[in-house]
Amino acid sequence: MTAIGTPQGDGATQRVPLEFGDAILELLNGFIIELRAAGLPVSLTENLDALEAVKHVPIGDRESFKYALGATLVKHYNHWKAFETVFEVYFSLRGRQYAIGEDDEFGDLDDDELDEAQLGDQQGGGGAGENLSPEELAEMLFQSLLRGDAQMMKGVARQAVRRFAGMEPGRPVGGTYYLYRTLRNLDLDGVLERLLQQAQDTQGEFSDFDQRLWRDEYQQRIDQLQKEIEAEIRRRLVADRGVEAMAKTLRKPLPEDVDFMHASREEMASLRKAIYPLTRKLAARLQRKRRHGRRGPLDFRRTVRASLSYGGVPVEPKFRNPRPHKPEIFVVADISGSVAAFARFTLHLVYAISGQFSKVRSFVFIDGLDEVTSYFEGVEDINEAVHRVNTEADVVWVDGHSDYGHAFGVFWQKYGSDIGPRTSIMILGDARNNYHAAQSWIVKEMQDKARHVYWLNPEPRSYWDTGDSIVGEYSQHCDGTFEVRNLRQLEGFVENLA
Amino acid sequence: MSFRFSDVASLKDGLCQVGYLSDEGIAGVVYLADRLQKPVLVEGPAGTGKTQLAKSVSEVLGTRLIRLQCYEGLDEAKALYEWNYKKQLLRIQSDGSDGHDWDGLSDDIFSDEFLLTRPLLEAISATDPVVLLIDEVDRVEVETEALLLEILSDYQVSIPELGTIEASQIPLVFLTSNNTRELSEALKRRCLYLHVDYPDLEREKEIVLTKVPEITENLADQVARVVRSIRQIELKKAPSVSETIDWARTLVLLGVDKIEEQTASDTLNILLKYQSDINKVAKELVTADGVSA
Repeated sequence: MTAIGTPQGDGATQRVPLEFGDAILELLNGFIIELRAAGLPVSLTENLDALEAVKHVPIGDRESFKYALGATLVKHYNHWKAFETVFEVYFSLRGRQYAIGEDDEFGDLDDDELDEAQLGDQQGGGGAGENLSPEELAEMLFQSLLRGDAQMMKGVARQAVRRFAGMEPGRPVGGTYYLYRTLRNLDLDGVLERLLQQAQDTQGEFSDFDQRLWRDEYQQRIDQLQKEIEAEIRRRLVADRGVEAMAKTLRKPLPEDVDFMHASREEMASLRKAIYPLTRKLAARLQRKRRHGRRGPLDFRRTVRASLSYGGVPVEPKFRNPRPHKPEIFVVADISGSVAAFARFTLHLVYAISGQFSKVRSFVFIDGLDEVTSYFEGVEDINEAVHRVNTEADVVWVDGHSDYGHAFGVFWQKYGSDIGPRTSIMILGDARNNYHAAQSWIVKEMQDKARHVYWLNPEPRSYWDTGDSIVGEYSQHCDGTFEVRNLRQLEGFVENLA
Repeated sequence: MSFRFSDVASLKDGLCQVGYLSDEGIAGVVYLADRLQKPVLVEGPAGTGKTQLAKSVSEVLGTRLIRLQCYEGLDEAKALYEWNYKKQLLRIQSDGSDGHDWDGLSDDIFSDEFLLTRPLLEAISATDPVVLLIDEVDRVEVETEALLLEILSDYQVSIPELGTIEASQIPLVFLTSNNTRELSEALKRRCLYLHVDYPDLEREKEIVLTKVPEITENLADQVARVVRSIRQIELKKAPSVSETIDWARTLVLLGVDKIEEQTASDTLNILLKYQSDINKVAKELVTADGVSA
């Protein structure tokens, strides 16, 4: 088992056991600072709990140690992944089997294991992993996946990284670059097809149903291999640049801080999951705000009437019942390429709490514009509605490049008369107009007629009005222009709106 | 202070014997909860055995399980304690004739005798080592959550008329949540956090084998595989562990020994509870190139 307790290089190993606690304290403090830097809210109580908890687990057992820290420090499932990354990086060099100095021995060991695991016809290849030809490595990869042999996969991952990633000490490149290089050389999609073929050959008759099951099985093993490769790259990077530097570059944003515009597919999935509890939370909070809303203005008539029973002294002031202001919302969203994800989340959120608004209507545009309100009506699954919006709405006029001017023109002409004094209009988009006519007078007309016009821009503020972005021209006619780049900002905006 | 569990391994074995297959994480957190004397907040999708965990732990320990089912509108009178108003009235009336003074009477009617204990107070005042389960805590309003805070951190209940009642033993507390809303920071801070997800392939297979003894190993393996594939499809409600078990039972009753496409799509309604989900799965499972997203 691994010893985790000693930070490197401060001679903690020579200390007497009495001061072992100090070392742990120091180590955990560093870890918690790192967690906070990654955005996890760790309170002082939780910090103390963690210290207490590690006393009760065997210090040599990495998994228990991790669970003890996780249970006390991480209080949200979405944060678990960030925690795991920090943990892996922070404690990566602190275990003996993870030490890079002994890598060569261990490398050989792996190779030996691999050789044993190999099929008979390849015994000649033997020796150190470096001597393996690319074909042999590919074969090993295939075999390890076919058998689902975790140990062998680990070996293959190490070999693959050593061979293909081309890691050079001191080179300022992120881990994803190396990951990409390694994966490109391994051709995992091809391997998957080969595995399926193999399964088909051995099984004989093979229905589509079987194929689906096998595909899922192999896909899972490949995912596992990919994780091994990532871990290996991380380990080498940490060895090269040191824990603190790496912790910084590998820091993964929490789902609510992920930038809409640059989210990876995986991050998108976690965003989608995060949005549901968020809407519930928001709805509950808004409802509470309503319930505890202050009383309405003084009702003079009723106050005077009540004063009669006290001889004309207004002892008991009466108030009108509060009239919660329920805005009518028009969402006008750009759904062209880059900002589509942002528009989707906003539509999600607005529809999820539509009980808080008297009416929600939504319009989407690229260079043409279409109303999509009906797609959301009576639909249980918002994803489905969004899918219909993306496939069925008639939003392309000429070439499918954003043209805000024309889209606003259509909006004003078709729906302009529906805008009333209770309407709030939210325009979502980056205002990158491809140098078309801005037609910003329409936004001004809207502002005159509607209660509010807000512009939500998913781009960082520093990019505004650069290139073909003309958000500045529009925003002079808006009641507010907001940078909304992640769920947290979106949540804040919607809460203020209702 | 004596602890309930000597080490993680024995806890895991114990749970296994009462038919709850835990993993390192689950057993480890329960063990820590005992050592640190802190409540455990168990979160995760519906039907992954969160409530069952508390039940099983109480079974392992051979202790009483006190359960508080949360719902919207739960209040102090239902969760903590209530004065037995009717009995108090009777007491006053029966006393009316002989001239007791008021002080004595008021001391008398606000005493233990007239107190109706509700689950939380019951768990605190119990003399035997109980397990307290606060189920679906995410259903109560945020304000009501505050009721729990005193109990969870100090294991005591303050009753204005009586003073503070402290726990004579520290109960092992489990809170479960389906994550339908965010719990307050204050609550989370007081608890250890355990996220129970759908089990992985091996564990699910073990669970099926334990719960449905008549099943063959081969079929159990297939069941677990199919369920895993279904969970990868984006659904309104993914099949839970209990639904997997139901499905396995059905297959055994039907005398199936190998799952074919036809049997699978005929019995999908046991795994899935929404018609749209059933249609989606029936369509996707049989199209081989439905690459898992």
